[in-house]
Parts: sequence; structure tokens; C-alpha cells
Amino acid sequence: MKTHTDRAYEDELGKLREELLLMGAKVESMVAASVRAFSERDYDLARRTIECDHEINRLEVEIDGFCLSILARRQPVASDLRFLTSALKLVTDLERIGDLAVNISERTIDLAVDPPQRSYPNLARMAETVQSMVHDALDAFVASDPAKAQWIIEQDRVVDSLYSQLFHEVLVFMMDDRSAIHRGMGVQAIAKHLERIGDHATNLAEQVVFMAKGRDIRHQASLEPGTTT
Amino acid sequence: MNTLTLPSPTAFRTSVTDESVLDEAGHAESTLQVTAGTKIRAEDVNAWFGKAHVLKDISLDIAERRATALIGPSGCGKSTFIRCLNRLHEVVPGARYKGRILLDGEDIYHRALDPVLLRRRVGMVFQRPNPFPTLSIRDNVLAGWKLAGQRPKDPDGLVERSLRQAALWDEVKDVLNRSGSSLSGGQQQRLCIARALALEPEVLLMDEPCSALDPIATAKVEELIHELKERYTIVIVTHSMQQAARVSDFTAFLYLGELVEFNTTEAIFTRPANQRTEDYITGRFG
Repeated sequence: MKTHTDRAYEDELGKLREELLLMGAKVESMVAASVRAFSERDYDLARRTIECDHEINRLEVEIDGFCLSILARRQPVASDLRFLTSALKLVTDLERIGDLAVNISERTIDLAVDPPQRSYPNLARMAETVQSMVHDALDAFVASDPAKAQWIIEQDRVVDSLYSQLFHEVLVFMMDDRSAIHRGMGVQAIAKHLERIGDHATNLAEQVVFMAKGRDIRHQASLEPGTTT
Repeated sequence: MNTLTLPSPTAFRTSVTDESVLDEAGHAESTLQVTAGTKIRAEDVNAWFGKAHVLKDISLDIAERRATALIGPSGCGKSTFIRCLNRLHEVVPGARYKGRILLDGEDIYHRALDPVLLRRRVGMVFQRPNPFPTLSIRDNVLAGWKLAGQRPKDPDGLVERSLRQAALWDEVKDVLNRSGSSLSGGQQQRLCIARALALEPEVLLMDEPCSALDPIATAKVEELIHELKERYTIVIVTHSMQQAARVSDFTAFLYLGELVEFNTTEAIFTRPANQRTEDYITGRFG
């Protein structure tokens, strides 16, 4: 694509893109750190992950303000307008993912009083899948790649299915051993946070499709006539 | 109710489906066709100034009681196109025209059609406000009638009605005998709009009507366009893309004499199908 004739405008859009990627990279590493802190019972890492949230919140406010400034001064249209409106939504989802990484870290610290967890392969698969969803969503954003974004959206079904299986698995475990209820509920909460991260990664991917193709694919099934939500 | 759509989009049909939009940028050209409520239909319109071929096979439908904007860089042919719509193009020495333009289904270039009568049906407002400096405000409004050697049945009523429609009545009702040039630039432009409306046209062509106006006067003219399109078909040429986005229902992008893309204004400014449109409206001119 050609660059804008007004170089200052081109630079502003470039800076916005860089800020979004910076925020995305930080959020991605927060998710990775929170998962590792849980699996390795690394409470110091969990606390450091919680502290990162300030930086994510600061970036959200900064990027929002930057978007408003560009909207007010440049009145972008077409792909630029889609990029700007998508950026406003991307930061919200990224900030929420950061919050969920904080929630995982808090739950990890809360579980310190319990004996070590038994192994949950489905939880490990969930963690791996949602991390790659977030990573790939950022890649799709950089490359403006709707095909990759579509693949991420499909991955969300895998995550939902894993969550459902894991939830029942932990439920059975708690019914068998009442002393494991605190541990079990902790695992279920962490699984729920991971599942929500998958939802936000899906939102990121949907925004990439809108940005690249100008097509809004959100809530497609529920918007069909005759369906209710 | 979806407030983001046009007031009555069902009246129109476009060959651009959601599937084709942006799939192959630059290859999914829109060919919007208005199948109901077409006021003007242009078919393969070509125009020349001497040897310069300034309009090339332009075909598009102008929707009745809607505002259609023509955008494009200087020299793209947008002013020439609207001057073909009321046969002003042909009065330029060396100018030529080929094609068909139908107003309510009638060929406006038919030899039996009087261009002067056509221009009463298809009025025009120009870039610079051009009231007759020696005429009063009242006589400026009636100038079209006087030039045709005619007198309306109720001149005072017509003057008031036209000035009201041009949103100028309240500002000038007590000074109707003052010179038209005593008004501000924005008022003069609305006086010119009133002069065009006094001939009770069906179509109003506006050639960059706000380019010489300040933002307040521009806002007034734009507000006026919103009101006028309830009664008139409006075609506006503008260099301001924000203005096209604000006032029009349909937008045509012309480049080097060709119609690159024609679609609803919403589609043009949010997801244009053609890469050249995208580059132009986003400011990628390199």
C-alpha cells in the first residue's frame, strides 16, 4: 500500500501501530508468566506479573488518548478509520487479557497454602492454546492477515471444549476428595480465566478481519434471523 | 432500527455484494445502479475540450431526492460532468460531448429540447457566490425569471418562499431592497441558491459551493443541503472529502476522466472497493 502524502500523519499511524504491538507483547508475556508461575509454584513471578498490570493500564489510557487525537485532527476514512476504531477495541481486549493474567497470578498465590496440584493435561493444553492464540492474533494484526485471524477464531472452540472437559474432571476429583475442594476450585478458576483469555484473543482476531476486509464478523451466528441469545 | 444505514436504502440496488467488497482491492469495482427513483441516468458520457478527452464512458444513475457527491482531484472531470447535466459544457468553444443523459427518462440532448428550459429544471450554483451586484436582494432572487423575459404570478411570494428554502429569509426580510453584494460571502451563496430555487428546478447542481466560505457559512449551506434534498435532487462537486461524507447519500470518485467507483457514501468512506479510491480518500497521493 502507498504511504500517506502527509508524512506526519503516516508517522502518527506508525507510532500507534508500534504502541499497540508493545502493549500486545507485554500482555503476551504476562500471560506466559502467569501460567509458568502457576505450574512452577513460583510466587515471586506471580507477584511480578501482578505488578505489570500498572504498565498495561497506562498503555491503555495512552493509546486511547492517541487514537482520539488522531480521530479529532485527521478525520481518517476507509482503512485508516477501520484501523483507528479497531485500535480502540484492541486495547480494551488487551487490557482485559492483562487483568486475567493478574487473576491467574492472584489465584496461584492463593493456592500456596495447598499441597501441590495433581497433573491436569487439559489445563496445560488450554494454557498452551490460549497463549498461541494471543501470539497469533498479534501476528495477524501485524501482517493484516484475515486467514490467520480466522484460524484463531476456530481455536476458541478447542479451548471451550477443553474447559468443559477440565471442569468436569476437577468436579469429579473434588467429589472424591473433599479435602481437595479449595485446590479444585482454584484450578477451575484458573481454567475459566484461560478460557476468557481465549475469548479476548478471538475478539482481537475478529478486529483483524474487520480491519483487513471491512467486514464485521462478530456475533454472526447469534445475529441470524430466528436465533436468540 | 439501524440508524447507521441510509434513510431508505431499499430503493436502490447495488451490484457490490458484501462478498466482493475488498476481496481483491482494485478489482471489485462497484457499479451501483439505481433501479428505483432514478432522476438522471448518464450512459457512456464522453466529453472533450478540443483534443483533450476529459470524460471517458461515464455511466451512473443519480438518485431522486438524494444528494450525490462527485469527488476526485483537479482535472478529473467532475465539474465537466455536472456541466454536461445541464448542457453548460456545450457552450464552451471547442467543447464536444457524446453519450446519453436521461432526465426522467428523456434525452436532454434531444434536438427538440430547449437547453434554456432544461436549465430551469436543472439549476446550478457555482463555486464563487455571484449575485448581480447592481440588483437588489429581491431582484437577484427573481433574476432567472427576468432574464427569461417572464414574470412569476406572485413575485413577492416566490421571493419569500425561495429565501426561506435557502435559509436566508430571516436574515434579509427587512433589507430586500439592498444590493445583493452587501451580504456576507455565505449569505451571497445562499442568495444564489435562492435564485436557483426561484426557478423551481427539479435538480440542483452545486459546483464546490462552499470553497469560498468560512466554516460557519459552510455549515449553514450543508445544513441547507440536508433540507433541500427532501424536495430536490442534488449533485454536488466538492474537493472536501469530509463534506462529501457529511452531506451526500452517494459518492462517485472520478480520476483522469474515468469513473473509478460509485457507491453509497457510507461504503465509499468505510470500505471502498477500489484501491485507487482508497488511496485518494485516505490521502495516499504519491
